[in-house]
Parts: sequence; structure tokens; C-alpha cells
Amino acid sequence: MPSTKLIEDVTVDLLRVATTSLPDDVLGALREAERDETSEVARTQLRTILKNVEAAERLALPMCQDTGMPIFFVKGRCLTNLEEGVRRGVERATSEVPLRPNAVHPIDRRNPGNNLGKRVPIIHYDFSEDDFTQLTVMPKGAGSENMSALAMLTPSQGIKGIKRLVLDTVVRAGGKPCPPVIVGVGIGGSADLAMVLAKQALLRPLHIGNQDPKLAAFESEMKQALNLTGIGPMGLGGKTTVLGVRVEEAYTHTASLPVAICMQCWAARRASARIAIDGTIQYSREGFW
Amino acid sequence: MRLRTPLSEEDVRSLKVGDKVALDGVLYTGRDEMHIRALEYAKEGRKLPIDLSGGALYHCGPIVKKDGSKWRVIAAGPTTSGRMDSMEPEFIRHFGVRAIIGKGGMSQATVDAMKEHGCVYLAFTGGAAVLAAERVTDVKGVEWLDLGMPEAMWALEVEEFGPLIVAMDANGDSLYKRVDEEVAGNLPRVRKMIGI
Repeated sequence: MPSTKLIEDVTVDLLRVATTSLPDDVLGALREAERDETSEVARTQLRTILKNVEAAERLALPMCQDTGMPIFFVKGRCLTNLEEGVRRGVERATSEVPLRPNAVHPIDRRNPGNNLGKRVPIIHYDFSEDDFTQLTVMPKGAGSENMSALAMLTPSQGIKGIKRLVLDTVVRAGGKPCPPVIVGVGIGGSADLAMVLAKQALLRPLHIGNQDPKLAAFESEMKQALNLTGIGPMGLGGKTTVLGVRVEEAYTHTASLPVAICMQCWAARRASARIAIDGTIQYSREGFW
Repeated sequence: MRLRTPLSEEDVRSLKVGDKVALDGVLYTGRDEMHIRALEYAKEGRKLPIDLSGGALYHCGPIVKKDGSKWRVIAAGPTTSGRMDSMEPEFIRHFGVRAIIGKGGMSQATVDAMKEHGCVYLAFTGGAAVLAAERVTDVKGVEWLDLGMPEAMWALEVEEFGPLIVAMDANGDSLYKRVDEEVAGNLPRVRKMIGI
């Protein structure tokens, strides 16, 4: 079994890669947006973003001071020492990368300074019988996370109700979540599952649509519609409000239609590693698809 | 346009929505917890450890690292200003700041307070933390570090800090308000397009 030290090292590497460089699909979408924008203010925002990303990668420094909440997604084989390795990795990365110590007590706001606390780092598990364990990190900033939404729609509200919720949520958020954003939409399941799906949806690269052709069409249609709102980069006006819309779905109760929305700022940071039983590691910023 | 802190009322009254500026001088960071404590001080009639009049308040929770006895800024982009909406008009009135740097814009009550007291809101690109840090030439000091690194009040010396867009000016104009109106105008067409 991979050692706790190995998991710790992988966690530090993933946090460093994720916070200092962007996946190719996100970078490509930002470059395309910069070419397409016509307003000077919008282009200034996108140019500043691109220059900043370039500087962050060159200097190996976090591209945004909000290095987020350490959120992890685990897939594959169960490792009993995984949580301990991840905790140690988060603590070390906080001083080494460095990351901003963001985790605080929810009420007294006490900050232990190491990004650790009760139930933090946040880890989502999805075990399977694969012969590897896949660890994905998504450092999630608060600006975009604070714009999350959950609605328990009625089944009769259907797809139109979902569209309305997505549009209203993005318009209400305006410039706050650091647009251009990626909009994660979790449809179905229960209230809690819909929320997790909305976040998981953000892990899928921008060029890969939902497996269901109808939902893939929904993703493209909503992307196009949201980009006609005029909110623009940083909410200062322009053509690029979203880089993409991502949907993940689950079967739901016959009387329910839960819909959750999780927004991701332009700094759509993520990185994955596959740890084989023999300890060999494969890394990818885009994930394994 | 380059401006140097401390800023005069005349400096900021001359700025118009859409102007591109860069700041030289000192920025004071302040987020939720700093606002709460500063306003408590004001209520109790206590003086702040730093005089903010004519100053530039930066909505920012930086990553700062200590090398020996010296602090060094690693990343320092703006945070979402909207979180400070309920406290900012009173903050502007009490402490006389002339510029607020942030992202995402602020409420009408803040626009009104800016017009009344002579203050501008300068939008900086959210997440542009490395470019921002490169413009910080020195950490002059830090107060209230017990609030934690992001929430403390950092005094940052900067050179050509920007590009900043004047997004809410001291004459009551707001780029966010203009964009809101434009979005409201676009929505019927958007809704029609997706059949809602």
C-alpha cells in the first residue's frame, strides 16, 4: 500500500501545481475570450488575467491570493491512510507553496493558520474496484463559492425552471464570482447530492460535454445565452461572462427536482494524480477522462 | 494616469467612470474583520493604529511570508467588495478614505457615501495576485494580526499599482450600474432565446 508519506508528497505536488498553473482547457478558453472581446475595459481585464497566469507559472507562485478551501475528490481503490496523508500534505503545502491559511472556525472565526480544522480538508469519496487511487484537488476560492445556489424545484417546473435558475443566479452574482466563470449545475439526486454534483461538474474539462446529448446541448445553449447577458469579465461589461456550463445529473425522487449551482471563478484550478498499488504516480492538470 | 497617496478630495473628484489609473504610495488592506473592528473602535471613540484619512483602502487578504524579520508579499489580488457593503458607508464617513480598491463593485449606499465625502472605487482584476504582488515594493507594517493573515490590516507600499479602472466615481456614477442596466436590457432577448 502507498505510504502516508507518499500521499503527503502527492498532496503537496497537487496543491502546488493547481494553485500556480491553469489546466490547458481553461487557459485556451481565456485566450480565446481575450481575442473575441471588443470593449477596451473587458480586454484589459482578460489581458491582466493572462499576464498574471503567465507570471504565476514562471515564478511558481499562487495565481490568486485566495488559494481556496482545500477540496479533494477521491476515486478508485480505498486507502485507509489517505486522509492522514492528505491532512499532512495540506499543512505542509500551506507553508511551502505557500497557501493562504483560509480555514477558520465558522462562528468565532479563529484561524489555526494551517488550513486544517474539523472536517477540513473537505474530502469526497467515490470508491471503486480499480487498481489505482485517484486524488483530485480543487482549491476553491470563496468569491465564487459564496454565489452558490440550491433550489428544490417542482417536477412541473422542469427544464425551463432549471434554465431560469441558472440565468437568475448568474445575473444576481454579477461581477462578484470573478467572471468569466464556469457554471456547475447539479440536477437531481437529493439536496446534498445535487450540491456535490454541481461542484464535481466543474472538474470536467471545457471541451468534453455531458455524456447525455440532451444535457450536452443544454450546456452549449446556456453558455451562449449567458454570454449574451453583457455582464462580462469582472462584471465590468463584455461578451465573456462564462467559459462554460457543466452539468452532472442523478436520478431523483418522483416528487422532486433539486437543482444546485456552483460557480467557479476564471482561476479554475484543479489537478489530479493516480497512485498505483506499487506507488507509481501519474499526474494530470486536466484529470483523466 | 498616475496618482500618489495620500489623495486629496480634488484628486478623486476629477476622476470619471472608465478612467484607467495606477497608484503610487501606500495601500491599507481591510476586509470583513478589519471593518468590524475599526467601526467598533469608532463607536468607542478609540483611535485606529493607523490614520486612514486621505488613504487608499484595499479589499485584499494577501499571502504574506516572513523572511527573517521582514514580511514579503507573495500574492495580493482584490477580494469581493460586496461583503463589506453594509459597513462601507460608515467606514468612509468615519475614516476619510479617498479610494477603495476591490472587485465586483459595491451598493448604491456606498456610491452615495462616496459622492458625499469624496471617494472613488477602483476596480482591480480579481485574481491578479502575482501582478499585484510585483507592484508591492515594501510591507510598511501590519496591525491586528490576531485576526489572521487574510483579515489583518497590512500597510503596503506600492509603485504603479494597476491597471485600475474607476468603476464608481465621486460624482455618483457607477460602471456597475451602467452594466446592470445593459444586462436588464439584454435579458428579454436572452430569455426568449432559451424559451423561458
